Amino acid sequence: MSRRKTERLLSLVVCLLSARRYLTAAQIREAVPGYPESFDAFKRMFERDKDELRELGIPLETGTNPAGDEEQGYRISRQAYELPDIRLEPDEAAVLGLAARVWRRAALSGAAEGALLKLRAAGVEAEDLTQPDIEPRVLTPDAAFGRLWEAVRDRRPVTFSYVGAGRTAPQQRRLEPWGVVSRRGRWYVVGYDTGRAAERVFRLSRIAGAVSFTGPAGSVTVPADADVRASVDDWDTDWPAERSCLLRVRTGTGNGLRRHAITTRPAPDPGWDLVELAFSEPGWWSEQIASYGADVIVLEPSDLRDAVIGRLKGVLA
Amino acid sequence: MSADIGVGDTAAASSGRGQPRAAQAGTATERLQRLLALVPYVMSRNVVGLAETAEAFGVSERDLVDDLNMLWCVELRSPDPYCPIDLSYEGGEIQVSEAEAMGRPLRLAADEASALLIALRWLAEMPGVGRGSEISRTIAKLEQAAGSAAAPSMHVNVRADMQGDEAAVSAAAVQITDAITARRRMHISYYVPGRDEATERDVDPMRLLIVEGFSYLEGWCRRADAVRLFRLDRILSLQTLEVPAEVPADAERVDVDRGLFRPSAADIRVVFELAGAGRWVADYYPCERQEELPDGRLRVQIRTPDTEMVRRLALRLGEDGRLLSPPDLARQVMADARAALDHYA
Repeated sequence: MSRRKTERLLSLVVCLLSARRYLTAAQIREAVPGYPESFDAFKRMFERDKDELRELGIPLETGTNPAGDEEQGYRISRQAYELPDIRLEPDEAAVLGLAARVWRRAALSGAAEGALLKLRAAGVEAEDLTQPDIEPRVLTPDAAFGRLWEAVRDRRPVTFSYVGAGRTAPQQRRLEPWGVVSRRGRWYVVGYDTGRAAERVFRLSRIAGAVSFTGPAGSVTVPADADVRASVDDWDTDWPAERSCLLRVRTGTGNGLRRHAITTRPAPDPGWDLVELAFSEPGWWSEQIASYGADVIVLEPSDLRDAVIGRLKGVLA
Repeated sequence: MSADIGVGDTAAASSGRGQPRAAQAGTATERLQRLLALVPYVMSRNVVGLAETAEAFGVSERDLVDDLNMLWCVELRSPDPYCPIDLSYEGGEIQVSEAEAMGRPLRLAADEASALLIALRWLAEMPGVGRGSEISRTIAKLEQAAGSAAAPSMHVNVRADMQGDEAAVSAAAVQITDAITARRRMHISYYVPGRDEATERDVDPMRLLIVEGFSYLEGWCRRADAVRLFRLDRILSLQTLEVPAEVPADAERVDVDRGLFRPSAADIRVVFELAGAGRWVADYYPCERQEELPDGRLRVQIRTPDTEMVRRLALRLGEDGRLLSPPDLARQVMADARAALDHYA
C-alpha cells in the first residue's frame, strides 16, 4: 500500500516537473500509473496527493495554458522547485554539520536532518563529525514549543492557559506572538497580549495544556521595532547589586557565598569569618543565605536578617 | 508558497540517521523526499559508492537498492510510454545517466531552513566557537539559497548567555576551546556545591558541552582517573598548563543525546510540596512526577544522588516548599533550621 503510494507520488512529481505546460487532471490520470479506474475515485485520490505534495513544500501550481484550453491544469515550476546553487568551503560545511547536530534531541531535529539531506543532494559535503571539540544542544522539553513555532512561522494568533509566577490557578491568555526566545536553557514567547492590551512575555514551561490557533495564517503583524531578545532580558533580569551586607560565616563553609565577597576577615570568635558582600534585594539573597543553615548568619542589614529568620521559621511552620 | 512541513510531522518523521525506518503508513512521503534527493545527490557527484550513499541517507544498502530500483522503474504512459530516469549501480557504484527534471533537490522548507539558521546564529554568538568568519559566511550562503523560507527563522532566537557570571563563563569557554585545540592539560579550582568546597584538580580537556543553558568542560580528571563534567559557572579559576594533555584512548565520552546525567542506583527520591512562590522548583529540577493538590500546592518528586543539595533546597524554600520525604532528611532540615535560629536568638 505504502509502496504503491510512493511510486504514484514519485511518478506524479516527475510528470509535473517534466511538463512544459499545465496538464489537466485527465491528462495526469492518463500519464501517471497507479490511479483507480473510476473518475470519482481518481479525483479523490488526486486531491489527497496534491495536498501531500504541498505539505512537502513542492510548489504545485494551477493555471490554464495560453493556447485557450479552458480547463484548469497543474504543473511544478522547476524554478520554484529547485534549490538554488549553493557551494560551501570545507570550514563552512563543518559548521553546517555542527549546526544540524544542535537540534538532535529537540523539536526541529527532523527539519534539520531534512535540510542537511537536501544540501548534500545539492553537492555540499556536510560532514557529520564523530568527535567534535564542542557539542552544543538546544532542548525543547516544553510541549508548547511546536505549536508556538508554527504560530510565529505562520504569523497566527494563539490562546493558551498560563500559570503565572506565584499563582496557582491558570488563566486563559490570548496572544499575537512576535517571537520565541531561549535564554539560559529556558524558552519564552513574546508578543501582544490582546486581553491585557500590552506586550507580554510568557515562559513556555508555565503553559498548561494545548496551545490553540485563534486566527488564520498571516493575521499577526510583528511591529517593526519589536525586540524580543530585549523583552526577555527585561522580564528575567538580575537586580543590580547596590547594597552590601555583613555575614558571620563558619570557617571553611559558605564557599558559594564567599565567591561574591568584597572583603573577608577573621571574626572575633575563633572558627568564624566576617564576610562582606554586595547584594541586591533581600528576597533571593535571604534564600541563598538560609540554605547554609547555621553556617552563615546575617549581622546586617536588618531587613535581610529578618528575611532569613522568616525563611528559617517557615521551615518549622 | 505557504505549505510547509509541520513541526509535528517532521518530529515524528525523524527516526535519526543510521536507524532503519519503518515502512508503515505515513512514511510514503518521507520516502518520496529521500527519492527526490537521491538523484541529485548522485548527479552532483557524477559517480558515488552504494555504501557511502546509504550512510549519507541513513538507510541500509538493501533499502537504497530498492530506492534506486523504484526510481529506475518510473514510467510515464502519455503521450508515449517512456522511462524518465536511467541509472545503474553495478559494481557498487551508482551513476545516473538520465533524469531530466530531477537534477536538483527541492528547495528548503521554512522548518528546514530555520532549524539550521537558528542553530548557526546561536553558534555565531557562542564564546569559543564563533571566532572565524566561517559561521557568518555559511549563514549568508544559506539565507541566499533558502530565499523566503529563511524569513520565519528570524522569529526564533537562541541566546548564547549561559547560567552564571557571563563574563567569567565566556572567558573560560574561550580558554577551554583553546586548550582543546592545543591539546594541553588544564588546572582547575572547582566548586562542588554538594560539599560546599573548592577542589583542585588537573584535567585533560576533551570537549565543551553546551546543554540546557549550562556549559560543561568534559575532560579526563587526573584526580578521579575518569571522565568528568565540570560546569563552567562553578570553575573558580583555571590555568592552561605547559603540559600536553593525555586523554586515555579508551576514555568514554558522555553521550550528550542520552542526557548528561543518568539516574543511578545510588539516587534517592525526594518529595516536596510547593506553594505558589516555590513552584519555580518544578522548572529547574527534573521532576519524575508532578501532582496538583486540592489546596493549590504542587507535589513534585525529584530523583537525585545529592542529599546535601536537597537539604539546602529545603532550607532555602522555607514555607514555600515542604520536604516530605525521605523523613529522616526532613527531620535533619528542621534541626538545621532550629540550630540556625539559635544564632539569631
